[in-house]
Amino acid sequence: MTTFLGMPATAPRGVGQLRGDRTFPQAAHAALGDAQLRRNLRHATATIRSRSGRVIAELPDWQQLRAAGSALKADVMARLPQLLQQLEARVSEAGGVVHWAADAHEANAIVTDLVRRTGSDRVIKVKSMATQEIGLNEALEAAGITPVETDLAELIVQLGDDRPSHILVPAIHRNRSEIRDIFRRSMPGVDPDLTDDPPVLAAAARKYLRETFLSTTVAVSGANFAVAETGTLAVVESEGNGRMCLTLPDTLITVMGLEKVVPTWADLEVFLQLLPRSSTGERMNPYTSMWTGVTPGDGPQNFHLVLLDNGRSAVLADPVGRQALHCIRCSACLNVCPVYERTGGHAYGSVYPGPIGAVLSPQLTGVADNASLPYASSLCGACFDACPVKIDIPSLLVHLRNRAPHPRAERAMMRAAAYLMDRPRAYARAQRAAKLARIAGRRGRGLPPPLSGWTAGRDLPPLPEQTFRDWWARRARAAEEA
Amino acid sequence: MRIALFATCLADTLFPEAAKATVRLLERLGHEVVFPLEQTCCGQMHVNTGYQREALPLVRRYVSVFGGFDVIVAPSGSCVGSIRHQHETVAARAGERGLAERARDVGSRTYELSELLVDVLGVEDVGAYYPHRVTYHPTCHSLRTTRVGDKPLRLLRRVRGLQLVDLPAAEQCCGFGGTFALKNAETSTAMLADKISGILSTGARVCTAGDVSCLMHIGGGLSRRGADVRTVHLAEILAATEAP
Ligand code: SF4
Repeated sequence: MTTFLGMPATAPRGVGQLRGDRTFPQAAHAALGDAQLRRNLRHATATIRSRSGRVIAELPDWQQLRAAGSALKADVMARLPQLLQQLEARVSEAGGVVHWAADAHEANAIVTDLVRRTGSDRVIKVKSMATQEIGLNEALEAAGITPVETDLAELIVQLGDDRPSHILVPAIHRNRSEIRDIFRRSMPGVDPDLTDDPPVLAAAARKYLRETFLSTTVAVSGANFAVAETGTLAVVESEGNGRMCLTLPDTLITVMGLEKVVPTWADLEVFLQLLPRSSTGERMNPYTSMWTGVTPGDGPQNFHLVLLDNGRSAVLADPVGRQALHCIRCSACLNVCPVYERTGGHAYGSVYPGPIGAVLSPQLTGVADNASLPYASSLCGACFDACPVKIDIPSLLVHLRNRAPHPRAERAMMRAAAYLMDRPRAYARAQRAAKLARIAGRRGRGLPPPLSGWTAGRDLPPLPEQTFRDWWARRARAAEEA
Repeated sequence: MRIALFATCLADTLFPEAAKATVRLLERLGHEVVFPLEQTCCGQMHVNTGYQREALPLVRRYVSVFGGFDVIVAPSGSCVGSIRHQHETVAARAGERGLAERARDVGSRTYELSELLVDVLGVEDVGAYYPHRVTYHPTCHSLRTTRVGDKPLRLLRRVRGLQLVDLPAAEQCCGFGGTFALKNAETSTAMLADKISGILSTGARVCTAGDVSCLMHIGGGLSRRGADVRTVHLAEILAATEAP
């Protein structure tokens, strides 16, 4: 916020993972043809959905909790600069160092420099969307530093030279025999006779990770929440690997999107109930790690907090769009989305896939750079009902579509349609003319573009003898005569 | 009661049976139906595709055509959702505060057919007879925008001769989504394929819903599959009284 010059800047090009190199329909094409991928996705999302639905149904006050979460986030956005300044002051008082990064370039440079100064050429990483967003691993590697992901699914993605396809389950698109093959190929020191039995795979990962934890002195983490009043950072996770990263190394560097701050410690009680039930379908996540600055003789002795903007100020500047910053990355919207279920996360071209990705990515990059994403939704609304902080994703999609650059031919057609629809007599004449055109043509199995998408998979309805309007007029005349 | 009918552009042009059935049904229940000829379209296609400026005259038109009526009905959960939730936004965005207020007011008096019957007219048994095996697809906008809840099912359960069968994964989108079916045709078709499998698994001969748009999509897919299942708008079932 100290760097805010009145012109909200979007996330820069050429760094990080917010832009795909293909449009959504192009990227979805490949996924739709991959039957294995679709089976993996359907199975995984259905499993999480039903588990989550069960534990949410246990809470009689779920709707009030959602309302509370939503109200808290709205309050945070309304006074984000003050809360961040408060957070900075508390973290500094507790012995941490706060850095402000305007964008991905700055954040990567700050972290790389901090790691270099420790003399280490390797860092262990706690699963973090923010560092993926800015492409930190690539930046570290370019600087000769090896980042090792410690979240099991992130590790699978990293070793497979792949990209994550889900916020919470980054390797959701992989099944276990694929995972075994990846481990065999890329995990240092792995048993070549590894089977695809899940406990065997987990044991192999554990052995590799333990060695890494004990021999690495720098860790990079993200954060789920930061408490302004105390300067406390929080990470929630299921595996416990994150806790090792957060406690064993000498130096801990946390990269956090600046929307993650909450005002008080008490606010956490709302989010710590909403998050696990919506995301993993657990009543409470197995590991919640919290730390405040540094404690002499206990845990990391150097703590750095990098507050990342990378387009967030631009999102905040839009009173309608800013609610996308309420997102707590639970991934519930992905798991209920019929589009995500069929295309998978890679089709969205960004680290943020699914419904929230379809709004957040274009907001962070500027809509023109991700213009196909707001259309990657049928506006069915399942995401809105699932979101634990009540983000109205369908309305945000519509809002962004209104700002997206439109194809020239489409614009002309929409204008013509609106013109006609505002002139009832001409409109009625056109209805009749359309009918004549159809009678002259074949029975709708091959329309020209852009309507060809329809006839690729569906027939057109037979045209009625008469429009409703004409039926009504004729009936009225008959009644008059009678 | 005097009820204004908003037929919707799609029903008016392509599916007049749904609008005719709405008229027949309401008249049978003893109400007067009015159809203002100056009506055309609610503008939802424009709004949802990103053309709010182009939709503004259509919002203005809707408000001026229907502003004088106490009760307005449309056989479309989707258009009613748009009228209630988008018209005000479109007007406000254009800086037309007065229009926004009137749009909200007219929107609050606009009902989807099942809402009108159950909430306003207080009937669940409309005296219909329809001796077929039927499955009901709750369209996304009826369900999540207009929030008609189980009203269509309550009405269907009271139809004589009708055998109602549950649709598996009923609440999943059929993949229509207006221009989504054109812009993301492949994804839309994949969603449709699953919806059709669900419908076929019920053994129903008729699939019904409260929106002609989704029925057009589902019907187009069923026809392409050569399936012997018809799509019929809810209003047509509720208006049916034919003897066996
Ligand atoms: S938008 Fe809502 S449902 Fe989706 S990930 Fe964020 S918090 Fe979860």
